[in-house]
Amino acid sequence: MRALTWHGKHDVRMDTVPDPRLVNPRDAIIRITSTAICGSDLHLYDSYIPSMHRGDILGHEFMGEVVETGLKSTLQKGQRVVVPFVIACGKCFFCEKEQFSACDNSNPAEKADLSEVAYGYAMSGLFGYSHMTGGYAGGQAEYVRVPYSDVGPIVIPDGLEDEKVLFLSDILPTGWMAAENCEIEPGDTVAVWGCGPVGLFSIQSAFLMGAHRVIAIDHYPHRLELAKSMGAEIVNYHDVKVREALTEMTGGIGPDAVIDAVGMESHGFTIDNVLDAVTTTKLGTDRTHVLREVIMACRKGGRVSIPGVYGGMGDKIPIGALMQKGLQVRTGQTHVQRYLRPLLEMIGEGRIDTTFLISHRLPLEQAPEGYKMFKEQQNEVTKVVLKPEWQKDAA
Amino acid sequence: MSSENVERALQSDAPLTAAVHQRDVAKEAADTQGWNAAAVAGRSVTVNRPRAELYAFWRDFRNLAAFMENVESVTSRDEGTAHWVVRAPAGQTVEWDSVITEDVPAQVIAWESVEGADIKNSGRIEFRDAAPGRGAVVTAIIVYEPPGGDFGKLIAKLFQKEPKIQARRELRRFKQLMETGEISTSQAPDAAPRG
Ligand SMILES: NC(=O)c1ccc[n+]([C@@H]2O[C@H](COP(=O)([O-])OP(=O)(O)OC[C@H]3O[C@@H](n4cnc5c(N)ncnc54)[C@H](O)[C@@H]3O)[C@@H](O)[C@H]2O)c1
Ligand SMILES: [Zn+2]
Ligand SMILES: [Zn+2]
Repeated sequence: MRALTWHGKHDVRMDTVPDPRLVNPRDAIIRITSTAICGSDLHLYDSYIPSMHRGDILGHEFMGEVVETGLKSTLQKGQRVVVPFVIACGKCFFCEKEQFSACDNSNPAEKADLSEVAYGYAMSGLFGYSHMTGGYAGGQAEYVRVPYSDVGPIVIPDGLEDEKVLFLSDILPTGWMAAENCEIEPGDTVAVWGCGPVGLFSIQSAFLMGAHRVIAIDHYPHRLELAKSMGAEIVNYHDVKVREALTEMTGGIGPDAVIDAVGMESHGFTIDNVLDAVTTTKLGTDRTHVLREVIMACRKGGRVSIPGVYGGMGDKIPIGALMQKGLQVRTGQTHVQRYLRPLLEMIGEGRIDTTFLISHRLPLEQAPEGYKMFKEQQNEVTKVVLKPEWQKDAA
Repeated sequence: MSSENVERALQSDAPLTAAVHQRDVAKEAADTQGWNAAAVAGRSVTVNRPRAELYAFWRDFRNLAAFMENVESVTSRDEGTAHWVVRAPAGQTVEWDSVITEDVPAQVIAWESVEGADIKNSGRIEFRDAAPGRGAVVTAIIVYEPPGGDFGKLIAKLFQKEPKIQARRELRRFKQLMETGEISTSQAPDAAPRG
């Protein structure tokens, strides 16, 4: 089959690789019909995540048709499913608590050492996201093997086209959980850093959860425009001092909750970015620029929600501000499986629309161009969806 | 003749595998066994299943090859004894017979190798209830005598490299198998990344 593979920094290619096969009883094989490039994929593209091997198949946002099922899969051939990027066994202590991204079993035993060393305990498996999270082949391909297929995939009813439901695989639940982690109360103002897909879905979710106001921060005019169209007030950090703006806009109190939907690749010329440019290697020092800013900006006793991905060590975190103001911090890889059903329902009822986000649709064969665009033209390119069935020149 | 360091570590409510002075722990294990030297690896894992079920699976030694990476086979000629064949580097294998030295249903299984073993070793697996509703805690302690000689050095590469890593991987696989019915893998032939 054809698949997008990683070969190094800013080097991804379309390769012909062996088709996946059923290995375990609970596996299923999915023929991919739509797959997207995620902001998290850019961390791989930029070589921020260690334990990538040449030839690794990327992609963790995908959906498709079930073509093969293991003996213990509950799926049926022909069903259309969206697959969560988090692989979860459904049986361990964490899965029973619905903390699916903490699943104790989905990361193969020999791969789990790395995160046990880095984080104290081994992390769950993820699709297409380095060997630290399992070394599973991803879904930017024609086919993918889905382990524990009786737990993750959600069956999509006929009549809901791919683009309406594809983002259930990651960014929609991620935005939702980011807002949920804000524990929004009536009257609350939520400030969101980053108007990429995760930030935009956080804004949408915050309003659905009853936020009084949402303030969105980015520097790309087009992305800020999208935030505005969803009802957010906007702050362009190129032109405006973010903290002063937020203090003024909230009558001197500060936002009740803050969301870091940027993560470790924040832009801007702060000292740490310069340092990082020199020392970016393996699990290095993350750019914690936005994290520092959200902690400083948050009101006393407020909530800090961090969907943005960090992987290594953080330098100069304002721990004094965190402690003295009594902030609550909530973060994590999204427990996708927990949110699939309610979110699918809301999509069906027309209460959530995700299609506005898609700016580009390309044949899978043009995935390398898709990565380049998503990396270099962030203003216009908000989300790239790849179609394995399309011919190379059909775009 | 326990060392002072070991004595002191025993005053904490933690297992000796967490003691600061692991060399003293190993020496004491060797003294107890009457060996020249000993390597000790221990690890606990919580498994979301009843301990009687976990015990029963482990008690049938033939099952061990299902989740122990280097174990080629464990066969049982008669009740209480087992014959182990373990893969070693360069296509070789090492073998030994073991006898069960302690066996309390749903609580503990212990065994040790008998005369003539390629590697002298003993193992002890304890099964305890975890907090209510959280299954069982399984603790494995493996002690073996690092073999000498050229062949011994080869073997040491396999067993000594990181006995702790080996133990934790094997317990992870045991947990996966008991909880999910399968062992997680991203290896070929699933078109997972090689390398
Ligand atoms: N927790 C999870 O499970 C999960 C899931 C998906 C994505 N993520 C992470 O969420 C983050 C966002 O993902 P995305 O797909 O929206 O990425 P993206 O790269 O498309 O968007 C990031 C946005 O942040 C903006 N930004 C950069 N520096 C900023 C700053 N200093 N202040 C304000 N805005 C700034 C960028 O201009 C960009 O618009 C990434 O770190 C991604 O890895 C986490
Ligand atoms: Zn993603
Ligand atoms: Zn699990």
